[in-house]
Amino acid sequence: MSGQVTFRIWRGEKGAGELRDYTTEISSGMVVLDVVHKIQATQANDLACRWNCKAGKCGSCSAEINGMPRLMCMTRMSDLPLDKPITIEPVRAFPHLRDLVTDVSWNYEVKKKIRKYQPRKPDNPDGTWSMEQDDIDRVQEFRKCIECYLCQDVCHVLREHSLHSKFIGPRFLVYSAALEMHPADTANRLPELKDDFGIGYCNITKCCTKVCPESIAITDNAIIPLKERVVDRYYDPLKRIFRAITGSGGD
Amino acid sequence: MLTIHVPVTRNGFGRTSRPDAWWVVPFLTFLGLGAFVVYVTWAAFQGDHYRFGPYLSPLYSPEIFGDPKTAWFGGRPSWIPSFLPFTPALFVLWAPGGFRFSCYYYRGAYYKAFWADPPSCSVGEPRKSYRGEASFPLILQNIHRYFLVVALIFLPILWRDVWEGFWFDTGFGVRAGSLILLANTILLTGYSLGCHTFRHQIGGILDQLSRRPIRKQGYRMASCFNRAHMQWAWASLFSVAFSDLYVRLCSMHIWTDWRIF
Repeated sequence: MSGQVTFRIWRGEKGAGELRDYTTEISSGMVVLDVVHKIQATQANDLACRWNCKAGKCGSCSAEINGMPRLMCMTRMSDLPLDKPITIEPVRAFPHLRDLVTDVSWNYEVKKKIRKYQPRKPDNPDGTWSMEQDDIDRVQEFRKCIECYLCQDVCHVLREHSLHSKFIGPRFLVYSAALEMHPADTANRLPELKDDFGIGYCNITKCCTKVCPESIAITDNAIIPLKERVVDRYYDPLKRIFRAITGSGGD
Repeated sequence: MLTIHVPVTRNGFGRTSRPDAWWVVPFLTFLGLGAFVVYVTWAAFQGDHYRFGPYLSPLYSPEIFGDPKTAWFGGRPSWIPSFLPFTPALFVLWAPGGFRFSCYYYRGAYYKAFWADPPSCSVGEPRKSYRGEASFPLILQNIHRYFLVVALIFLPILWRDVWEGFWFDTGFGVRAGSLILLANTILLTGYSLGCHTFRHQIGGILDQLSRRPIRKQGYRMASCFNRAHMQWAWASLFSVAFSDLYVRLCSMHIWTDWRIF
């Protein structure tokens, strides 16, 4: 695979700007980030673009490639239709800084708000815990997350409706699920998930699952199980009666 | 929660940078679900041709009230006002209908296909306001677990219908209708046992599954079905409608029920 290809890249600052065309030669094996770097080196030295590992593990080079949130370093040119210009835009769910770079610091602040891991008392005299691999398998899937925030970007609650003040987004529902389902954790995050973190805003479109570069089943394995736990606690009248009779925890 | 200012570049309904045919899947979903609802509503109000030989249409099972010779509790109950329509299907369809309507997979599918919320991933929406499932009316979707209980009660009844579908006047036999009812019930079982709520209740609710070996096996089974929940959902949707159509057309002598042995 080689030949000329046209990239249509968003150029501008703080949300204002335009799409500009850059035509360049590509060769076999290139990914989108390679082409962006080539354009940066030869045609647009001032093109701002965040990247780091080029291996799909740092989550820095998130962008919208032909309208879909993807990692530039993991998107092969051979997987894209080259007969039309390829559009590269910054992620839309966060404040735009310059060109392909956005300010994702909102995510760091949200993460601080989530109740931390609170382990039960150690199981063993030496202060360690014993856990079965079967019990930890489920949360290990969530630990694959590289915090690229593609799921946050594609989530229409943040992207389209800007409900950043009411909804923490798929990434932090996965983070909450990893803590909430941990076999040694004792903290209860359900009140925040229902009220402050807005899990009810998710309407299960599964777009977050589709764009996850780590193939985490975000909706099926993290969000829906958390929704079910919230229903258990707040919306199931029979479970409420059962808890009242048995005294097994309040709200 | 934290507030940030994100100048939303709202492009309007259907606007996107995606060059692919993103509208195909929601459009097919709209057609598929729409056709099913129209057919089932029509079939439910017919009130006849729902039995053929040993076969009973799944839309009419269990026949709680209906034909006095075959229904559990006889004919039309006297407490139903005469001006209301009556068919056996109207007594049962609320349960599987509610189960599917509140199903997590279908919710995501019809929010996109019928309500464009969103039309597809990273495609512009028609409305600015959004309440999701956090408030009325969609908060009522949380009733799904109760519909699940009813659906699980229906399953053994449908399996009994399958068993009866192999017994003819001449004794045990296998005909096309027997296999259609069997396939339909297998698909309905796979769909029900892969339900996200079932998966949660049987084991997902526990953080230390290893201490409950039976529930752990149940969770593994439910997870196995759940991985293809969408496929089970669509296959069982079509099989229910086709099973009713098959029984109906055989009963009307339009189709012949092929005898295999």
